[in-house]
Amino acid sequence: MTRVVVLVIAVISAACSGRMPVLDPAGPQAGRIATYWWVSFWLSVVILTAVLAFLLHAVTRRRVLVTPPASPIEDVRTERRLTLGVSAAVGATALTLVVLLVTSIATGRALHTFGGTQPLTVEVTGHQWWWEVEYWDPVPSQRVRTANEIHIPVGRPVLVKTRSLDVIHSFWVPGLHGKKDNIPGHPSSLVLQADRVGTFGGRCAEFCGVQHAHMQLLVIADPPDAFEAWLQAQRRPAAIPTDPAAHRGFDVFMQGPCALCHTVLGTPAGGRTGPDLTHLGSRTTLAAGTLPNTPGHLAGWIIDPQSEKPGAQMPANSFSADDLSALLAFLGGLQ
Amino acid sequence: MKPLALVLCAALALVACQREQRRFSEVAPSSGRPTHPTSQAGPNPAERNAWATSQGKQLYQAYNCDGCHANGGGGIGPALMDARWRYGSQPDDIYASIVEGRPNGMPAFGGRIPDQQVWQLVAYVRSLSGQPRFDIRPTRSDHMAVKPSEQARRPERPQPASQEPR
Amino acid sequence: MSAPARRRLAPDPAEAAREALDRAALERAWSNPAGFVGWLTSANHKSVAIRMIVTAFGFFALGSALAAVMRLQLARPENHLVGPDLYNQIFTMHGSTMMFLFAVPVMEAFGIYLVPLMIGTRNVAFPRMNNFGYWIYLAGGLMVWTAFVLNIGPDAGWFAYVPLSGPAYSPGKRVDLWAQLITFTEIAALVAAVEIVVTTLKMRCPGMSLNRMPLFVWAMLVTAFMVIFAMPAIMVASTMLAMDRMVDTHFFNPAEGGDALLWQHLFWFFGHPEVYIIFIPATGFVSTLVSTFSRRRIFGYPAMVLALIATGFLGFSLWVHHMFATGLPLLGESFFTAASMMIAIPSGIQVFCWLATLRSGRVVLRAPLLFALGFIALFVLGGLTGIMLAALPLDLQVHDTYFVVAHFHYVLIGGALFPLLGAVLFWLPKLTGRMPSERLGRWSFAVTFIGFNLTFFPMHLLGLGGMPRRVYTYGPGVGLTTGNVVASAGAAVLALGLLLFFANVAWTLRRGAPAGDDPWGAETLEWATTSPPPAYNFAYLPTVDGSAPLWSTRERPVVTGLRTDVREVLITDGIDATPDHRHRLDGASIWPFLTAVAATIGIVTALFTPWGVTIGALLGLITLTGWFWPRGAPEHAIAEEQP
Repeated sequence: MTRVVVLVIAVISAACSGRMPVLDPAGPQAGRIATYWWVSFWLSVVILTAVLAFLLHAVTRRRVLVTPPASPIEDVRTERRLTLGVSAAVGATALTLVVLLVTSIATGRALHTFGGTQPLTVEVTGHQWWWEVEYWDPVPSQRVRTANEIHIPVGRPVLVKTRSLDVIHSFWVPGLHGKKDNIPGHPSSLVLQADRVGTFGGRCAEFCGVQHAHMQLLVIADPPDAFEAWLQAQRRPAAIPTDPAAHRGFDVFMQGPCALCHTVLGTPAGGRTGPDLTHLGSRTTLAAGTLPNTPGHLAGWIIDPQSEKPGAQMPANSFSADDLSALLAFLGGLQ
Repeated sequence: MKPLALVLCAALALVACQREQRRFSEVAPSSGRPTHPTSQAGPNPAERNAWATSQGKQLYQAYNCDGCHANGGGGIGPALMDARWRYGSQPDDIYASIVEGRPNGMPAFGGRIPDQQVWQLVAYVRSLSGQPRFDIRPTRSDHMAVKPSEQARRPERPQPASQEPR
Repeated sequence: MSAPARRRLAPDPAEAAREALDRAALERAWSNPAGFVGWLTSANHKSVAIRMIVTAFGFFALGSALAAVMRLQLARPENHLVGPDLYNQIFTMHGSTMMFLFAVPVMEAFGIYLVPLMIGTRNVAFPRMNNFGYWIYLAGGLMVWTAFVLNIGPDAGWFAYVPLSGPAYSPGKRVDLWAQLITFTEIAALVAAVEIVVTTLKMRCPGMSLNRMPLFVWAMLVTAFMVIFAMPAIMVASTMLAMDRMVDTHFFNPAEGGDALLWQHLFWFFGHPEVYIIFIPATGFVSTLVSTFSRRRIFGYPAMVLALIATGFLGFSLWVHHMFATGLPLLGESFFTAASMMIAIPSGIQVFCWLATLRSGRVVLRAPLLFALGFIALFVLGGLTGIMLAALPLDLQVHDTYFVVAHFHYVLIGGALFPLLGAVLFWLPKLTGRMPSERLGRWSFAVTFIGFNLTFFPMHLLGLGGMPRRVYTYGPGVGLTTGNVVASAGAAVLALGLLLFFANVAWTLRRGAPAGDDPWGAETLEWATTSPPPAYNFAYLPTVDGSAPLWSTRERPVVTGLRTDVREVLITDGIDATPDHRHRLDGASIWPFLTAVAATIGIVTALFTPWGVTIGALLGLITLTGWFWPRGAPEHAIAEEQP
């Protein structure tokens, strides 16, 4: 009993510290789910307490020192009382389940609908082991392709379409919504919305191979104006740099292995195997949330990715110190 | 009986260990410049490893080898599934083809495709004609079927390098 | 603990002498060869079952060792104890070992041991097939563990979702070995299930109509039917996966008309009943422990039986709740949410009946009962988190996180392992003839209970904190470190508790006090014979006229007239257990073992070439011919020579 109470208090205090994103919803979908959670949580506490109390009472009532004889013929009155008790308990159980079922169905329906405004459509394709993100637009040249980081405007529903071309992944941003699997051959979708500004961590939630553990993403909710500015900036292709260091880096990029796998719009580099790097400099993290996006970490990732993320598809590369710093200058300029 | 069992176990262990290892980090990644394959004489270590050969299959799609060679049946480039090899079918020969390029349109990928990946591609290309051991070769793709499919083919014995045009 | 007084007529000397002669003849007819040859040829259900139990606990130890490595790896963020490739093999082996090589076999083994004794017969219906089932099970376990040691351990999870486990993304032989493990263990499970169904329905002692059967026997019967209906789904699925990987079929290839979700449906159609297959025998254990140590029959026997049957049926209607995140139509979501919640009703009926029994009985707090009480506490908690998971909206948040890991460990360890440990302590006197240590039993319960909660309760919080399953590490500073540290520390305590338990078993084997026939004063027929029982179980098969035969004070006649020079049993009617005819069972034979060897050769060769199927079939043809070769006189000739 005491254990349960202590743990309950721990749960609540931990939740208040914001360390459990499921219980710290930032949008209507996650909010509905969190409400359902609290309903079922408190019902469960009551039920568990009742059962444990009854159990303790039943076994501590009468202490026996010597094993009494067994009684195969039970008292009729006791049996009748017990029948009433058990039936009442079963009835209460059924009633509780119906309440939970109705609440669950209502919550489920609410998750399938969203408010009146036209949603922003983002297509998320899971790869081993990174997220490809494409902002859909009816005009193809206005579409933005990025990786591992999704910016969304506060207060507007976002339709996230989940796809995969290799194995099953699962898109999950706990602060905003439940998860939806990215299944090859079964495209799906969910609608989420952020009601406050902030950065919400997400991750892959379906085992997808050796680096399933390092397949994070970030969802950054900006005020609508900031989001529009960001989107416009993302639509602009990169310019071939003019300053000598960055230009040398551009040459290294094009002549080395990089251009075979990565795209930088505005340059001839058009590889589709790895993430789009056109605006690499504007992202917060590298390698699907594994590393912070700093020059040092980027250098480490380019030279020896397998030490940070063993099994990742990014191969090790060998550059001279000058080439590497030039490359970093070029990549850093891709804002 | 016992010594035979031990020998069998040992053989199984050696075979299995090599086939199943995942060598994520190459010991010495090559420089970004084209290399000459004179140092590497002998079998390709990737060829005894199922994971490496399967990586080669993924790289084959990723680096657009199928753009010219299709799924081994050829098109703009020659077929890779058959037993006719213009420049030789040994791992070193195929490595040279990839890294240095060949006349009539095979680009030189040296310095662009890291060395470890080239050897994985070599292993995969050889698997298209059934040359590595049957339990190493990749089986069917998870994409459109390759016709005829790789595992179903009977391996053909490669012929000596020939100079005749296709 | 004193045995209850039981009235026994003083046997007259002539009867006693006859009984001694009969026992000697039965001993000759029913005993098996000793030693290694006995292992290979045994047709005695008790020795096969004990072997299965010991083997299953061996795999449990191996699976627990893997869990210990996992907890060590996860004790710190970005730990480098094991790399991702090895970690993937470890958690796959942990899940596969615990589910396929421990949980189902141990429950079936207890059934194989206890059901013939509880229903008052001499053996299972197919004694030689029983032995075959054991060797197939052992072969599968040895195969996959040898593979793991050789770095060919499966690494795609115990559930092996395609396309990850398909030919393109799982190169090599690892997943093929998983698929063949399924083949071995599901054959073994089906064998045991068929044994239990036929034995229970055809060999009960006269008077033991279905409404007088012990609840444990009902539990095993329902479980066996579930096995028969559930296992084919995964056999089909694993065979289709093996064919996709080896002979270019496209069952699960979306690009060529296959479907990745088909795998999930087939797997979970098996996978959900699987957990009830593990849980329902545990409810049988709990019913036995609660009634014995409350000194009264379980309250609400009809309700308990109906609850077992309802759970068995409903268990087949829930499987899509494992797939809530795949994108289901709204009606499907609602249906499976409703079904997943409704199964709490029969489980609740059982819990309330146990509570009513405890409340109205006179409770004797012995170590086996402590485990049953621990079960009630932990299973209710696990069941409540299960109701939470049944609701699709909440499941969308916590699916595939450590919240689910916490839930299923509460219902599998709390709901199945705790009753199993209680059952081991309870029946150890019957199996070995020695009493376990009560003190060690209580300490092992307390330490295990505390360690278990320390390990798995924080995982609820980790799941709510966003930690997904099957990750070999996690980042620092995201609020997951404390929970993981506590869980890893708890795992050490849990390990200690389990070690204390096994120390108790070891101590019992060496120094336990002699137990006598019925040390606990229990109610079912296995306590009416010696501890351990003789090879023939009972000198004369009993008859019953009530549901707690050893608590009845009425004299009961026994069955006489069965031959004692050959292995003869009494076949009775399926519903009312009225005697029907006498049937002769076969004795020790090497052919089941050889058939298992033939099947093993075929299955393992099939890993490398489809010709393995042909080889296995041909070898099996030879061994099955040997197995079924007619021996002795035909049955009608034997019948004609009866007096």
